[in-house]
Amino acid sequence: MTRGRALEVFDVSKQFGSYRALDHVSFTIDENEFFTLLGPSGCGKTTLLRMIAGFESPTSGAILLYGKEIAGLPPEKRKVNTVFQSYALFPHMTLAQNIAFGLENLGWDKARRDARVGEMLDLVHMSDFAARNPLQLSGGQRQRIALARALATEPQILLLDEPLSALDLKLRQAMRDELRQLQRQTGITFVFVTHDQDEALDMSDRICVLGDGQIQQIGTPSEIYEDPENRFVADFIGETNFLDGTVVSVDGDKARVKTPFGFDITTFQKGVTGPGPVTVSLRPEKIGMAEQATGNSLTGTIAGRNYMGGFTHYTVDVSGILLRVSRRNDVSHADSFDIGQTVPLGFRDDSARVLAR
Amino acid sequence: MTVLRSFRFWGLVPAWAIMLFTLIIPVGIVIGVSFAERGAYGGFEWSANIDSYRELLFSLGWTDELEFTPKYLIIIGRTLALGLATTAICMILALPVAYIIAQSPGRWKPLLIYLVTLPFWVSMIVRVYAWLIILGNNGLAEKLWRFVGGGEIDTFLFTPGAMLAGMVYSYIPLMVLPVFAAIEKLDPALLEASHDLYGNRWVTLRKIILPLTWPGLAAGAILVFVPAIGTVLEPMLLGGGKLMMMGTLIQSQFGGARNWPFGAAIALVLMAIVVVLLMLNARRASRKEALL
Repeated sequence: MTRGRALEVFDVSKQFGSYRALDHVSFTIDENEFFTLLGPSGCGKTTLLRMIAGFESPTSGAILLYGKEIAGLPPEKRKVNTVFQSYALFPHMTLAQNIAFGLENLGWDKARRDARVGEMLDLVHMSDFAARNPLQLSGGQRQRIALARALATEPQILLLDEPLSALDLKLRQAMRDELRQLQRQTGITFVFVTHDQDEALDMSDRICVLGDGQIQQIGTPSEIYEDPENRFVADFIGETNFLDGTVVSVDGDKARVKTPFGFDITTFQKGVTGPGPVTVSLRPEKIGMAEQATGNSLTGTIAGRNYMGGFTHYTVDVSGILLRVSRRNDVSHADSFDIGQTVPLGFRDDSARVLAR
Repeated sequence: MTVLRSFRFWGLVPAWAIMLFTLIIPVGIVIGVSFAERGAYGGFEWSANIDSYRELLFSLGWTDELEFTPKYLIIIGRTLALGLATTAICMILALPVAYIIAQSPGRWKPLLIYLVTLPFWVSMIVRVYAWLIILGNNGLAEKLWRFVGGGEIDTFLFTPGAMLAGMVYSYIPLMVLPVFAAIEKLDPALLEASHDLYGNRWVTLRKIILPLTWPGLAAGAILVFVPAIGTVLEPMLLGGGKLMMMGTLIQSQFGGARNWPFGAAIALVLMAIVVVLLMLNARRASRKEALL
């Protein structure tokens, strides 16, 4: 199956006074893709979403929807709908009227409108609520109606602006699955904005990590997590240990690096061109402890312990360097280590990543 | 407990005193006077007849029988019509003004609101006199009329239009303020959602902004309509006293005509209209609250 290009963002910049919210951003979103814009607050992700929706216009650059330039069009002329962070349901209308609003504006006749509203209420499992007022709903129900309203007009792209942030933890988890399923069911391209890395990793086909108004990396969730492009991405997605290293030699996408533990390792690198100081990123779960220690062996003293239920985070002092190590409390490892205890650690060369400074 | 109870009683005394001396006693006197008899040399003599109310609808004919006369009904109708026109024009003008103020940057808002309320710092009479000059011979209005190529006119003054202009000017701040408050409470995301769902400006105004700012518009309508139907200054100065309104009628009955009982009766009719309006508004507001 070949996918068409749903959206192309080409060299887009946005200037607010003296503040540059977006700096020469370019990417392409495929048809039927669940694409996530991920970044800390102030990274420009919401500005980008609002430009796709039509609430802001880019200072420079082009935005193409199915090959057609839309940067100059008002929101009502774009076949793009938004699920707002606050849901923005119309409080003076019933749920059915809320869902029918866009259809009315598109000139659908009453019979078609009613049928579509029923279909949408079914889709989000809210059929019994048609005559209710939005103010009578719980957060999760409002979320569903906001989705139904935005999907009713069959947009070419659905934009979702941190739609889960107002929900409590349990509900958020359930809505993730529901959103993902809804996307597959409708086949509509979703552009999802969040600052929550777990949400992004869980739901997305591809993630675009934004930082300081620039694209830091675009890739599948595992690419982003396992092979971060730079220090920003490695730091923002998941947890990691940053170690100072010195490149001895570079060979294609691999580099030989001197670690602060005294030995050299050879592993994948990003952005390194020659010898010099670099950052080595080593994820806490890639460091084996006790009987799990393999590869390069280290010895450390447990300096801190955070019990998290399913796993435990340890802080281990390895001759002055504090390493975070995460260990699953599974069938074979229900044991726990005490602070002050000396433990053997180990990690494999290819578990580490070398990143340019 | 007893201390609290006695505080509850004595604590309300000032409020009751104000109600008693500013509302209950004066209105009681007016009600009493409306049933009184007109004195031979002005003033009145206490009695209990409904002549003044009958006078609203009937007059004595040649043969001393009662004939229906719509004279005062016409004045009441004209007053209500002019009041409604004032309210409608104030609404139409206040909406964009309030919208622009609500959309303007935060640091400008207090200044703009201050400018809206600024006329209240000047005496009402002075402001209405200013309109006398604006609308008068060779005044600003006539110059403007000629400038835009309007035909020859006698004068703007002493017409219903002049009264209307003066009334709209006088009462529009009372509309702008509640409408502004309502618009400012409006979640901007709702307007964006309307545009996002293919609603143009007109649809957004009609289906989102107006229904959601309706409480503000209703409050403004009451605030404008109530003083507008009781006004005396604009009909007297700008209308030249040529067209009677309820306010000027009441004033003339207590003044030149020296018919206090009839003046009191008309004043009570005016008050009844206002009370009914306020009750309707209160019912609407409580229904709305029950829904939410």
